[in-house]
Amino acid sequence: MDLSFGPEYDDFRSDVVNFLNNNSDKAPKGGDLRGEQAKDWQKLLIENGYTCRTIPKEYGGFGAEPDIIKSRIIGEEFSKSRVNPGLGGQGISMLVPTLLEMGTEEQKQKFIRPTIHGDMIWCQGYSEPGAGSDLASLTTAAVLDGDEWVVNGQKIWTSTAHLADWIFCLVRSEPEAPKHKGISFLLFEMTTPGIEIRPLVDMTGVANFNETFFTDVRVPKNQIVGERGQGWQVANAILGHERDTLAPPNTAQTRINALVELMKTETAGGERLIDNPIYKDRLMKIQGRVLAMKYNDMRVLSSRLNPGQDASLSRMITKLQGTELRHELEGLAIDIMGEVGLSYDDNPHLRGAGSWQREYMYYLGLIIGGGTSQIQKNIISERGLGMPREPKIEKKAV
Amino acid sequence: MRFGLSEEQTLLKDNVNRFLEDNMPLDKVREYADGGSDASIWQGLSDLGIPALLIPEEFGGVGLKPLDAAIVAESLGHHIAPGPFLGSAVMAPFALSNSPDGFAEVLSAIATGEHRVGVAFGEAIARRNQASVNVKDGKIEGTSLFAFDADADSYLVADQSKNMFLVSADDDGLSRSNLTTVDRTRRTVELTYSGASAKPVSTDSSLFDRTLDIGRVMLAADTLGAAQSMLDQAVEYAKQREQFNRPIASFQAVKHMCAEMAASLEPCRAMVWFAAHALSDVPEEARLTACHTKAHLAEVGQFVSRTATEVHGGMGFTDLLGLHYWFKRIGANRQWLGAPEFVRSEAAILQGVD
Repeated sequence: MDLSFGPEYDDFRSDVVNFLNNNSDKAPKGGDLRGEQAKDWQKLLIENGYTCRTIPKEYGGFGAEPDIIKSRIIGEEFSKSRVNPGLGGQGISMLVPTLLEMGTEEQKQKFIRPTIHGDMIWCQGYSEPGAGSDLASLTTAAVLDGDEWVVNGQKIWTSTAHLADWIFCLVRSEPEAPKHKGISFLLFEMTTPGIEIRPLVDMTGVANFNETFFTDVRVPKNQIVGERGQGWQVANAILGHERDTLAPPNTAQTRINALVELMKTETAGGERLIDNPIYKDRLMKIQGRVLAMKYNDMRVLSSRLNPGQDASLSRMITKLQGTELRHELEGLAIDIMGEVGLSYDDNPHLRGAGSWQREYMYYLGLIIGGGTSQIQKNIISERGLGMPREPKIEKKAV
Repeated sequence: MRFGLSEEQTLLKDNVNRFLEDNMPLDKVREYADGGSDASIWQGLSDLGIPALLIPEEFGGVGLKPLDAAIVAESLGHHIAPGPFLGSAVMAPFALSNSPDGFAEVLSAIATGEHRVGVAFGEAIARRNQASVNVKDGKIEGTSLFAFDADADSYLVADQSKNMFLVSADDDGLSRSNLTTVDRTRRTVELTYSGASAKPVSTDSSLFDRTLDIGRVMLAADTLGAAQSMLDQAVEYAKQREQFNRPIASFQAVKHMCAEMAASLEPCRAMVWFAAHALSDVPEEARLTACHTKAHLAEVGQFVSRTATEVHGGMGFTDLLGLHYWFKRIGANRQWLGAPEFVRSEAAILQGVD
């Protein structure tokens, strides 16, 4: 057991802290993706290697060797000081890593630099009304007509489609092939004729999701990542990237500290809620689970640094446990506040700027999104415990 | 940075596991449960150097750390082995080697396994039946309930003020009577004192606390091993057992029960490792982590032991598979040295909330 990262990393950490002390006033406060301030901040972060760190210089990144400890230190310090960590979004977090792995040289040159500098915003076209957990059964069709794909169909849960310049999209290009082998991965502009976007308001009251409809959308033939029919492998590489980022344990740590503070200040009948033995016990119970996940995460990190250590099951359970835990944690805050916990939006009794209710609902969304808890349990039991798949039911003849 | 076991620790784990696989099959568990002796198993563990693990080298020990002991505790739990490990190999060596009074002779005898020390801490944690321990002028009066290891040669006894004493089992002023509990894999006793001599070990309540912490982490590790065994048995059973012409392991209802067990239990491994490591190397986090680890493993252990039994269907409820021995051991670990609600309340106090 060796929990130290070594002196080299202590130096690196103090560099990050110094940078934050000297520059955090330049960071944008809100989440405006298009703002000049956000782009300038992103540029500064890339120049210093605090975001897009391992993306090669020739594509506009910082060009460092991968070093998960440094990435972690950057994440920890930005989160601790609550400074904007740079642009996010599915283009940067999911498409760019995929292009680096599977894209052509031309695609890398064309897309990566503007994406990481905030000049090209992406949305993801995966799920469909009839293809959720069973994503590979998607039916949005792409038919080759001369030098162009003609795309018809409907996507759902397309986050930020209304803001996006481009979409990376899974389509069925080989209708005769088995379902996993008939999919292709296309890139196209959201201004292409034939695209219609309808906002989908979620339970938090925000319309971040959309339904996106394609009618004879024409896409140049070369705007495909990987080969025809290889789209499923391309997409799976990205889903791995997504799942790891859904429930990071250090944010659970931040939230439980905030909850302790809340329970020390909130009162019911003049009594501090932290002094109520039942609420206190529930708080301690959740704190124990947060700690377990923190150490689990350290084990996962360690297995990436030390070849030969196996933490595959630890990693497999992170999304399931992390999202359920956060949902319960936020829910406890609401419970202890009684009626006050119902406050939302402009209610003058709002606590924590409404974050407890918002996160409570948001994490229910995450329990469902990115592979539902039930799908996670299938994965854990089949790949983690070696239990057999359910027998397949033959498709009904049409 | 390396979070996990070293090569030496993995070797230790393999050695103990191999020994227990060969010497602690289920019929041996039954033999002990029906009144047999644990002498040969303790002898074997002593030959492997287990009682000497935590004892400093100057007293004939190996001078290893709590994490090494936790690895052994996990294996013992996995194989639901009897024996005085918790008191004799962990809590007593820790308390006695940190005592200002010399216990060199006792420690050397503990290290070889020939002297077994039990623990009677209940009256200092959450005393029941108004039992109490009172020491005056080196003489002890009163009662300790649910002391563990019925066959100990001496007992590490704590009074209500967290003072610790060592009392010899041979003393005429000590009588002990067996207390039957649901857990037949370890034996508890009630100690009645009438003027036995009590040698002071410590009047420092923080040494008591740290002795309690290490004991709690060992119980958590024991539960981790026992719960992992129950999960393994449940998965194996589900793969063999067929109903409706297919293994029940292919039904989602059964798979999800097993996935939930794995998802709750797997983070516990990292938690037990860290808690044990913190006892020696991260003192500022040691107490809080020990409390949380004890309480969290109690909850996860309860969930896993119940669910794994359920996966076995009616067979899980019978004596035939012996699954109930694990179930009851996990249940006993939950109650010993502080039930989860008490331990969590201590965790709150440690953070300035009481």
